[in-house]
Amino acid sequence: MKKLLILGGGTAGTMMASKLRRALDPDQWAITVVDQDDRHVYQPGLLFIPFGIYRARDVVKPRRRFIPNGVELVLSGIDVIDPDTSSVRLSDGSRLPYDLLIVATGSRIVPAETEGLTGPGWRKNIFDFYTLEGAQQLFYALERFEQGRLVLNVAEMPIKCPVAPLEFLFLADWFFHQKGNRDRVELVYATPLDGAFTKPRASALLGGLLAEKNVLVETEFNASEIDGDGRILKSWDGREVRYDLLVSIPTNMGSEAVERSGMGDDLAFVPTERETLRSKEHKNVFVLGDATDLPSSKAGSVAHFQGDVLEKNVLRAIDGRKLCEDFDGHANCFIETGFGKAVLIDFNYDTEPLPGRFPLPGIGPLSLLGESEANHWGKMAFRSVYWNQLLAGREIPFVDSKMSLLGKWS
Amino acid sequence: MSTMLLAGSPIEVDAEGFLLNPDQWTPEIAAEIAAGSGITLSEKHWQVIDFCRRTNADKGAPPTVRGITKGTGISTKEMYQLFPKGPGILASRIAGLSKPKGCI
Repeated sequence: MKKLLILGGGTAGTMMASKLRRALDPDQWAITVVDQDDRHVYQPGLLFIPFGIYRARDVVKPRRRFIPNGVELVLSGIDVIDPDTSSVRLSDGSRLPYDLLIVATGSRIVPAETEGLTGPGWRKNIFDFYTLEGAQQLFYALERFEQGRLVLNVAEMPIKCPVAPLEFLFLADWFFHQKGNRDRVELVYATPLDGAFTKPRASALLGGLLAEKNVLVETEFNASEIDGDGRILKSWDGREVRYDLLVSIPTNMGSEAVERSGMGDDLAFVPTERETLRSKEHKNVFVLGDATDLPSSKAGSVAHFQGDVLEKNVLRAIDGRKLCEDFDGHANCFIETGFGKAVLIDFNYDTEPLPGRFPLPGIGPLSLLGESEANHWGKMAFRSVYWNQLLAGREIPFVDSKMSLLGKWS
Repeated sequence: MSTMLLAGSPIEVDAEGFLLNPDQWTPEIAAEIAAGSGITLSEKHWQVIDFCRRTNADKGAPPTVRGITKGTGISTKEMYQLFPKGPGILASRIAGLSKPKGCI
């Protein structure tokens, strides 16, 4: 019996377990998924928790419910990956050997990377919303927030879901309008980027929306330190931004197991071949989702599109055939813009987000690179698609893993 | 793509002034690009530039600021003094390398 081992039972790992259990002969291949807990978080939903739109029960389900029959789920921490002996040592010292390994260990926030971030004020008037706990506590802080300056800071790029900070600000603008105190709340966005987003046309549109919603933007701001007592966010080039409430997106890094195994780059992301998704170092190791070092977005949609390519390549690797080089960096993101509207963007390694209609060219019903209510409903409906189609590795109608230029105009 | 006259030679650069071919780079070009950003190159600058070029040759991509501080022992704070504003981007430009692929 050969062994396929998947590290991580999140979006990417669960989806691959579903796809490969169908594709591989159960008499020849055993599949095991390892994760440290039985709590699967629908991560796109974390954004809505601070604003009371979702609660914890809306975004958390047991992992085992989505692991298909015929796949073993091992709940354990991972100590180290040892590619030289093709085995993984778990926290209790036991070893799991593998013939093929898929690393889907995602990314995590590491607040300790920024001086002072976890000091005075942490989880009092400094919060993250990339963890369930942080998002829940921020909900109470926003409820209490009557007046003052709310600063959102991205500590360092890359981050998971690069549009999330913008969505947070758009929703905060809406939230305080609803609450009736928007005129007493100042919204500030301090970002290391030189604009609202990384791609020029989307950046122009989103920057316009920030201005329209009266969000002040401090660009090329690389946070050096947080003075929690003085409530000041400082940058390496000497700028200081005062805050009453700081919402931080701390440094994102790959998993500690990857770091301990010496398989990661400076941020513990695994060097990965950009079109095949194979590890650059080890022939029987594949990487997908947030765990890769690829310049594609760290987002569930990207893991989903990578999944199609990875399924093909796992089968090809098993047969000793040449891998396909099909992953084009495709990403597709809904950007919630507040007041029941959203923008949809669709792009890849080489093509920036363009306006158009999606998924049916010329018809839609969703509009690309433009605000609409349909996009908002698309985003809200996606949660059910996520649990029912995406994790089960099923195709999503009309949405192809390769980006299409049909229905887009430049 | 365009061509710029750097240290007396025509050099191919991208829209943001990054060299397209790191082999066209010379120390004189580095000094000229640095001067354009108001920087006079010191020994510390050269230590960073050498590290960036070595990393690029080994790995096919310029290092991040994090990689530079780890590899040279120069602190992030000092990197911002040496290469104000965006040390990663500026060091890469002076070293004749491509714009570090931040991320999307």
